[in-house]
Amino acid sequence: MDITLQHYLAVGAILFTIGVFGIFVNRKNVIIILMSVELILLAVNINFVAFSAYLNDVQGQIMAMFVLTVAAAEAAIGLAILVTFFRNRGDIAVDDASVMKG
Amino acid sequence: MDLALLVTLGVFAPLLGAVIVGLSGRRLVDLVSKSITTGLLFFSCAVAWIVFSQWTWGGLEAFTVELFPFINVGDFQSVWSIRIDALSAVMLVVVTSVSSLVHLYSWGYMAEDPDKPRFFAYLSLFTFAMLALVTAADFMQLFFGWEGVGLASYLLIGFWYKKSTASAAAIKAFVVNRVGDFGFALGILTVFWMFGTIQFPELFPMIAAKAGTGWVFLGHTWSALDLAGALLFVGAMGKSAQFFLHTWLPDAMEGPTPVSALIHAATMVTAGVYMVCLLSPIYEYAPVASAIIALTGAVTALFAATVGLAQNDIKRVIAYSTCSQLGYMFFAAGVGAYQAAMFHLFTHAFFKALLFLGAGSVIHGMHHEQDMRKMGGLWKLLPVTYAVMTIGTIAITGLGIPGVGGLAGFYSKDSIIESAFASFTNGHSVVGLFAFFVGILAAGLTAYYSWRLVFMTFHNKPVWKDAHHDGHAHDDHVQADHAAHADDHAHDDHAHHGPLKPHESPPVMLVPLLLLAVGAIAAGFVFAPWFIGDYEHDFWRGAIFVSEANHVLHDSHYVPVWVKWSPLILTLIGSFAAFWLYVMKEGMARRMADRGGIVHGFLYNKWYFDELYDVVFVKGARAVGDLFWKVGDVKIIDGGGPNGMAWLSRKLAGGLSRFQSGYVYFYAFVMLLGLAGFLAFAIYTWGA
Repeated sequence: MDITLQHYLAVGAILFTIGVFGIFVNRKNVIIILMSVELILLAVNINFVAFSAYLNDVQGQIMAMFVLTVAAAEAAIGLAILVTFFRNRGDIAVDDASVMKG
Repeated sequence: MDLALLVTLGVFAPLLGAVIVGLSGRRLVDLVSKSITTGLLFFSCAVAWIVFSQWTWGGLEAFTVELFPFINVGDFQSVWSIRIDALSAVMLVVVTSVSSLVHLYSWGYMAEDPDKPRFFAYLSLFTFAMLALVTAADFMQLFFGWEGVGLASYLLIGFWYKKSTASAAAIKAFVVNRVGDFGFALGILTVFWMFGTIQFPELFPMIAAKAGTGWVFLGHTWSALDLAGALLFVGAMGKSAQFFLHTWLPDAMEGPTPVSALIHAATMVTAGVYMVCLLSPIYEYAPVASAIIALTGAVTALFAATVGLAQNDIKRVIAYSTCSQLGYMFFAAGVGAYQAAMFHLFTHAFFKALLFLGAGSVIHGMHHEQDMRKMGGLWKLLPVTYAVMTIGTIAITGLGIPGVGGLAGFYSKDSIIESAFASFTNGHSVVGLFAFFVGILAAGLTAYYSWRLVFMTFHNKPVWKDAHHDGHAHDDHVQADHAAHADDHAHDDHAHHGPLKPHESPPVMLVPLLLLAVGAIAAGFVFAPWFIGDYEHDFWRGAIFVSEANHVLHDSHYVPVWVKWSPLILTLIGSFAAFWLYVMKEGMARRMADRGGIVHGFLYNKWYFDELYDVVFVKGARAVGDLFWKVGDVKIIDGGGPNGMAWLSRKLAGGLSRFQSGYVYFYAFVMLLGLAGFLAFAIYTWGA
C-alpha cells in the first residue's frame, strides 16, 4: 500500500483532534494543556511537511523549522509561567485556575 | 362733571379702597380702614344711583367708556371698558347699594374681629371685580370679573381661615366654580371661533345671520349657537349655584354673615342670571340652550326649596332659599322673560340681603348661635330685627293681591310664574308648563320655610333660656382679649359663663337693615312698570334683545285668572302650614323631625348630593388615581419601563456571565467553535 498525501493529512488531523481534546477534556493539569498545544503544532508541522513533499516545494519545510523554533520558545515560556504559577498558587490543577473570571 | 368720568371713578373707587386698606393692613387704625372703604363704596353707590336715575327718568343714552386695551392677540381684541346700558345700570345699583350697606353693617358685625382691614379690603376688592363684570363690553373683561368675584368669594368664605370647615368650604367653592368656569371658557372660545370677535357690540348684530348653522358631529348636526349657549350656561350654573353645581353655596355660609348677604345672596350668585340676560341675543336664537336653562332653573327652584324645608341652621335655610330664587330667575330667562329675570334679580337683592343681614343680627344677638332649634321667642328682645325680618319674609314669599299690589317679591315672582305659563300657552318654550307648576309649588315651599324660619327664631318658647349655653355672654362694650378673636367660636375661649342674654344689634347694623327693608317694600311697586310693565320697552332700550317671535312677557300680562291667583293660594297654604306646625302645634315639627323618616332624612341631607359627589367624584377620582397608580404606573410603565428593563438586563447579564467561566479551556473551546462557525460560513458562502 502506497502511503499517499491523504494518509499524512489524516495523521495530522488525528493529532490535531487529540490536541484539541487534550485541551478541553483535561481538567487536571496545566502541563497537559502545554503538551496538547505541542501536539497541535506538530499536527500543523506534519501538514506543512506533507504538502511540501507533495508539491516539491521547500518552503513548507522551512516553515516547519520556524514552527519548531516557535514551539520550543513557547514551551520554554509556558513552562516558566507554569513554574511561577505553581509558586504563587501552590497548585497547577486546571479547575482551580479561574482567576480570569473576575 | 362729565358722566363718563364720574362712572369711571365710581367703578374704580372700590379698587382704590381695597388697595389702600389691603396694602396697609393693620398699620392703619381700624377706624381709618373702615372709613376709607365704606366711604368710597358710598361714593360708588351715589354714582350708581345717579346713572340709574338718569337712565330711568333722564333719558340717558347707552354709552361705553373705552379705558385701555386689555388683551390684544391677533384678532382676539379685548378692551377694558365701562359699558353703561339698562342691564349694567341695574346691576350697578344692586351691587353698590348692597355692598355699601354691607360695608356699613360690618362695622357692627365685625366689631370684635382683629382682622378688620383684611375684611374690608376683601369686600371692596369683591365689589370692584363685580363692577368690572357688570360693566364689561367684551367676554374677556366679563371673564376677568367672573374670576375676580370667584377669588374674592374664596377669600371671604375662608376669612376665618383658622376654622377648618371654613377653609374646606372656601376650597369647595373654588373647585366647584372651576367646573363651571371651564364650560364658560369653552363657551367664549366657541363664540370667538364662530364669529371671530368677543366684543359685544360687534358680536350681537352678527348672531341672527348665523342662527341655525350647525356642526356635524357623530352623524348629528348640532346647532352651534345652542352649543355656545349651553357651554356659557355651564359657567352660569357654577357661579349661580344651579342644580349639580349648587353644592358649594350652602357650605359658603361658613364665611361671615355680611359676606353671605353681599356675595352669596345679592350679587355674585346673580352674575349667572345677568350673563344670560346680557347674552339674550345668543339665547334668543338658541332654543335648546334656553330649554336647558329653563329646565335647570326649574329643577333647582324645586330642589333647593325642598331642602330648605328641613334645615336647622338659620343661614343655610336662607342659602337654599337663595339657590331656589336663582332657579326662578333662570327659568324666567330660559322661557324668554329676561326682563322678569332681571326684575327678580333686582328685588331679590334687597329682600335677600335683608334676610341675611337680619339673620346676621340674630346670630350677633344670640352670641354666634346659628341653630334655630336653640332660638325662639326673640321678638321681644330683638324688635327691630324681628320687624325687618318679617318684612323680608313677606317680600320673599311674594305675598300680595293680584291687581292690587304687594311687597317686592310679589311683582317679580308672579311675573316669572305668569311668564312661564305664557310661554307654554303661546308655545315659546317647551318646558314652560313644567316651569309654571314648579314655580307655584316652589312658591308654596318658599312660604313654608321662610315663615318656619321666622317662627322658630322669633316666636315660640325661648329655648335658649333653659338650655345651658356653652358659649359666652359677652357684652358688646366689654371687649377683652381682642387678639384671641380669630373666628366666631374663638369667643368661647374666654367665655364669661352665665345665662345667655340675647340683645338687639347696634344702630350701625340696624340702619342698613332698615334701608334694605325700604327696598324690600318699595322695589316692587316702584319699578315694576319700568322692568316688566308698560314702560318696559323704554326702560331696557335694546339692552335685552327680544326676537320677533318672543311675546312671552307681553302675554304674561294676559294669563287666566287662576294662574294669577295660584301662587298666592300656594303661598297662603305654605304659610299656614308653617304657622300650624310651628306655632299652633308648637313642638310637633320638632317631634316629627326627631322621629326621622325617609323623607325628612332625604331633605335634611340635601338629597344626599354631597354623599353622591363623594362617591362619584372623590372616591371615583381616588379609584381612577389608584388604577393609574397601581396598574398604569407601577405595573405597566415601571414594570415595562425602568423596572422591566433592569430585570431583563440582570437576567441577560446573569446568563451571559456564565460564559465568563475563567477557565482557559472553555475560552479555547469557544474560540474553536467560533472559528469552525466562521469557516463553515466562509465555505458555504464562497465555495470550497
